[in-house]
Amino acid sequence: MNDIRYSAPHTIDEAVGALLAAKGTGRILAGGTDLLVQMKAGMALPGAIIDVKNIVEMSAIEDKGGGAFRVGAAVSGARIGEHAALKKAWPGVVEAINLIGSKQIQGRASPGGNLCNASPAADSVPALIAAGAIVAVHGPNGRREVAVEKIQIGPGKTSLQPGEIVVSFSLPARPAGSSDAYLRLIPRTEMDIAVVGCGVSLTMKDGVCTAARVGLGAVAPTVMLVEAAGAALVGSKLDAEALEKAAAACRAVCKPINDKRGTIVYRTKIAGVLLKRVAAIAAERAGGR
Amino acid sequence: MSKGKYKWIGTRPDRPDGADKVTGRARFGADFNMPGQLVGKVLRSPHAHAVIKSIDASAALALPGVKAVVSAVDFPDQPNLIVPTGEMQVNLRDITRNVMAREKALYEGHPVAAVAATTEAVAKAALDLIKVEYEVLPHVIDVADAMKEDAPILHDHLITEGVKPAPTKPSNIAKRIDNLKGDIEAGFKQAEIVVERHYTTQAVHQGYIEPHATLASAAEDGQIQLWSTTQGHFQVRGFCSRLLNIETSQIRVTPTEIGGGFGGKTVVYLEPIAVRLSQKSGKPVKMVMSRDEVFRASGPAPGGTVHVKIGAKRDGTIVAAECTIALQAGAFPGSPVGPACWTSFACYDIPNIKVVGYDVVSNRPKVAAYRAPGAPISAWGVESTVDILAQELRMDPIDLRLKNAAKKGTKTSYGPTFDTIGFVETLEAAKASEHYKSKPRAGMSRGVAAGFWFNVGADSSAAAHVAEDGTVTIISGNPDIGGSRASLALMAAEELGVDYSKVRPVIADTSSIGFNFVTGGSRVTFATGLAVVNSVRDMIRELKVRAAKTWGVDPDGVIWEDGCAKPAGSNVGEFEPLSLAQLAATAGRTGGPINGHAQLNAQGAGPGFGVHIVDLAVDRDTGIVTVDRYTAAQDVGTAIHPSYVEGQLQGGAVQGVGWALNEEYIYGSKGRLDNAGFLDYRMPVASDLPMIETILVEVPNPHHPYGVRGVGEVPIVPPLAAVGNAVARSTGIRLTDLPLSPPRLSAAIDAATPRMAAE
Ligand SMILES: Cc1cc2nc3c(=O)[nH]c(=O)nc-3n(C[C@H](O)[C@H](O)[C@H](O)COP(=O)(O)OP(=O)(O)OC[C@H]3O[C@@H](n4cnc5c(N)ncnc54)[C@H](O)[C@@H]3O)c2cc1C
Repeated sequence: MNDIRYSAPHTIDEAVGALLAAKGTGRILAGGTDLLVQMKAGMALPGAIIDVKNIVEMSAIEDKGGGAFRVGAAVSGARIGEHAALKKAWPGVVEAINLIGSKQIQGRASPGGNLCNASPAADSVPALIAAGAIVAVHGPNGRREVAVEKIQIGPGKTSLQPGEIVVSFSLPARPAGSSDAYLRLIPRTEMDIAVVGCGVSLTMKDGVCTAARVGLGAVAPTVMLVEAAGAALVGSKLDAEALEKAAAACRAVCKPINDKRGTIVYRTKIAGVLLKRVAAIAAERAGGR
Repeated sequence: MSKGKYKWIGTRPDRPDGADKVTGRARFGADFNMPGQLVGKVLRSPHAHAVIKSIDASAALALPGVKAVVSAVDFPDQPNLIVPTGEMQVNLRDITRNVMAREKALYEGHPVAAVAATTEAVAKAALDLIKVEYEVLPHVIDVADAMKEDAPILHDHLITEGVKPAPTKPSNIAKRIDNLKGDIEAGFKQAEIVVERHYTTQAVHQGYIEPHATLASAAEDGQIQLWSTTQGHFQVRGFCSRLLNIETSQIRVTPTEIGGGFGGKTVVYLEPIAVRLSQKSGKPVKMVMSRDEVFRASGPAPGGTVHVKIGAKRDGTIVAAECTIALQAGAFPGSPVGPACWTSFACYDIPNIKVVGYDVVSNRPKVAAYRAPGAPISAWGVESTVDILAQELRMDPIDLRLKNAAKKGTKTSYGPTFDTIGFVETLEAAKASEHYKSKPRAGMSRGVAAGFWFNVGADSSAAAHVAEDGTVTIISGNPDIGGSRASLALMAAEELGVDYSKVRPVIADTSSIGFNFVTGGSRVTFATGLAVVNSVRDMIRELKVRAAKTWGVDPDGVIWEDGCAKPAGSNVGEFEPLSLAQLAATAGRTGGPINGHAQLNAQGAGPGFGVHIVDLAVDRDTGIVTVDRYTAAQDVGTAIHPSYVEGQLQGGAVQGVGWALNEEYIYGSKGRLDNAGFLDYRMPVASDLPMIETILVEVPNPHHPYGVRGVGEVPIVPPLAAVGNAVARSTGIRLTDLPLSPPRLSAAIDAATPRMAAE
């Protein structure tokens, strides 16, 4: 049995230091709902565990006004769901995070863990990509900011460099008439993993869509920003033709696999079905078409 | 409900094991420990089919902390002898090979060796150090493939039984079964309409929450103690005795509380290994399966194929019915194809029936019993076909079933003639239900299906003891998997005429009560209930003797009424009634302790019938099925404790819905199970289903003092077809392959509506 060094530092610099000192065997622990499961299954055998929940900046939600928020990477899903202002401003992001697991899991699971676990089926990530979230990353060379879609680079793989930690997510201010939504398809009603997940954030003005971003999960090795789908919606009244064009754009980027969770044909089809449903919900929330 | 007729039967008191279970005090399989115990772990085959050329455990044994290693050489070989286990049969030659692979590994997860070590980590490390040399062989997973001429053969000695002349070459078909009634050809000639379809189902797991667990202690003097989570501790004792050549009375097995079994805990996996490891190491050995091991190596229920052909008159009278069923047995013969065949048309009074069954081995874990073994599979085929018939004849599906329903006097295709049964009453109750009389809600479609199960009796022993203060202990020997302790106590309280709270039921270990057959076949409340009633009657007989002694009268002059001994009439004399407490207080002077005993082989188990109604919606874009309303009606004999009877109906319905919609064993190209966990083996979760409504139809079993019929198995038989029939009526597409999972349903909808597929 290998020994595991556990630490729970209060500053990001200490956490980065502990991560570097572990020489590649260190793992960040936020809620642990991925990490501990992987350790129990023998898939992860860390030499050091660095618990980041004591770091204030990583455990806080900051309302920056005008719909802009900074959400700490280690904040639990339950706390995000209880934040009325955040929920009002970003209903799609919040519903995506709140879909993770069950009540028990929600008490622990964080958006940072969901992103950094780098599952293509991670529920919060399509919504965060659609939202245009910017991630603050802190490492040995200080801080950098990066678009959320740049973090996952493959199943279980991130672009984080040695010693780097995701600190927070910044959600931008949006014009009036904006909203977002997230839907996933699972064969059951809960405690399941997305066969396809789709997030849409858009702005409506006088019934016309003036801005739109689409995030699509579980249909390729990483969660993707589907720019062509967003572009197909912009300038339209979200009529059947525009929705079909956006759905086609979603289907076109799918590179799924046949596995126990769904077939290539099915996942590709569902990507289009969900896009249409999610866009309709987001538009409805934004104040109608 | 039977209330009114009885004082206790039909009431809903708290179960005796309830408080312990909701407070976490109850001890399940993994909760038993002994000083100095070791951890046992099993090395399992990574191959679906391979010759075991050699096993070298020297490096493992050299690891500090490793105390023993066992493999097939540590278990004596067994004769080719079939013995019953619950509702299934096993061959001793096969069972020892299932516990520990001998010549070949026959499925991924097949035990090849086991270690006992001081810690779990050391045990795991030791497994990695055992060198097994395999010669990998071609494998076969699917039943239809396994039946092909050129299929890889699992057992060179396997010659198909039941075929004349006997084949000369081995195959994977272990057995053929034939059931005939009437003249099938003449029957189909009379038919004005014939419906014929081919159906398939996938293997499903019982899905009990508690994994298999055992603690074994072999003492230096040869005595063995075992704690096991099992549906049959006497079976555990029997198997350990046979497989390890230990005298039966040297082994004492204590059943723990059980976290679900559903038939899957009627066989042994870990126990013989744990005993052998304990004997070799001289220490107690505890073994607990992981969920992964439960899926890969403990018995699923089989998948199979069902071909059904039904012929009827235009008025709905079924004149001929035929079906052919092939079931997966897993790596060793012994699928429940027999009961699948016998139950197939048991709901109906059909003059001409032909049923053929095949028991087929393939490189999967050996199947075990699962609630009404085999019956849900044949019912999937038959009840779907009956629904097609109803659609084609434009008949109400309940009316069609009523027209053909089996009744008292109906002769079954497998031999017996039904005594008093309640199928007609159950159909009528379903038809009269508020659910059936109201229209499905907007967007919903309705399906109906029926189901049958025999229920069994078999061997039971029970004892009743009066304590010094006049309270009563009821001792029986069947692990309680569905509230049976409460039901046994209710029957004892009723019989004795005392308060339920004065009766404490316990489950004794194998050395503390006579033999009891497994908890299975829905037999416990019926057969062990009968033994309990008889033991209480035996005790009452003794109580009357004691009262007679006290009064100085003849025992015939004493009656037992309302918990007291009373003089039978004024001619006996004027005596104040003697209560249990009074008789207990003077027992020392009237002949010593007051106990009752009974042992029996219960005959006359009453068959049960169920009718299920489901309303559901199909999302045509995604293939997702949403169940809106579900009602299970069943002939339950007498509902001794109605809450637990309802619980059985609800649980069976939920498991059947899971079987219909999402559950399946998925294999990769190497014959390895791809979904050995609850994430990807999709049983329903609570939010997937509405509250299951129940209708208890009480048609008492004439062969039980309180009219008990088994109730636990029938409710898993109808749901597969009930769901399928509703899906067919919703989509206009008749799917014949289970599960009706979203990708499969979506593909079928798209195939039927090409324009949408292009979307
Ligand atoms: C029963 C159950 C149900 C689940 N259901 C869902 C579901 O429906 N949808 C879904 O998407 N997921 C689900 N999950 C997975 C998991 O809960 C989520 O991915 C969750 O968001 C992970 O967050 P966490 O804080 O627990 O991560 P942790 O387990 O603490 O961390 C996950 C990984 O990310 C790394 N990490 C964590 N935080 C950081 C950081 N700030 N910087 C760098 N690296 C970091 C860790 O080292 C680890 O490798 C489920 C898990 C379980 C056990």
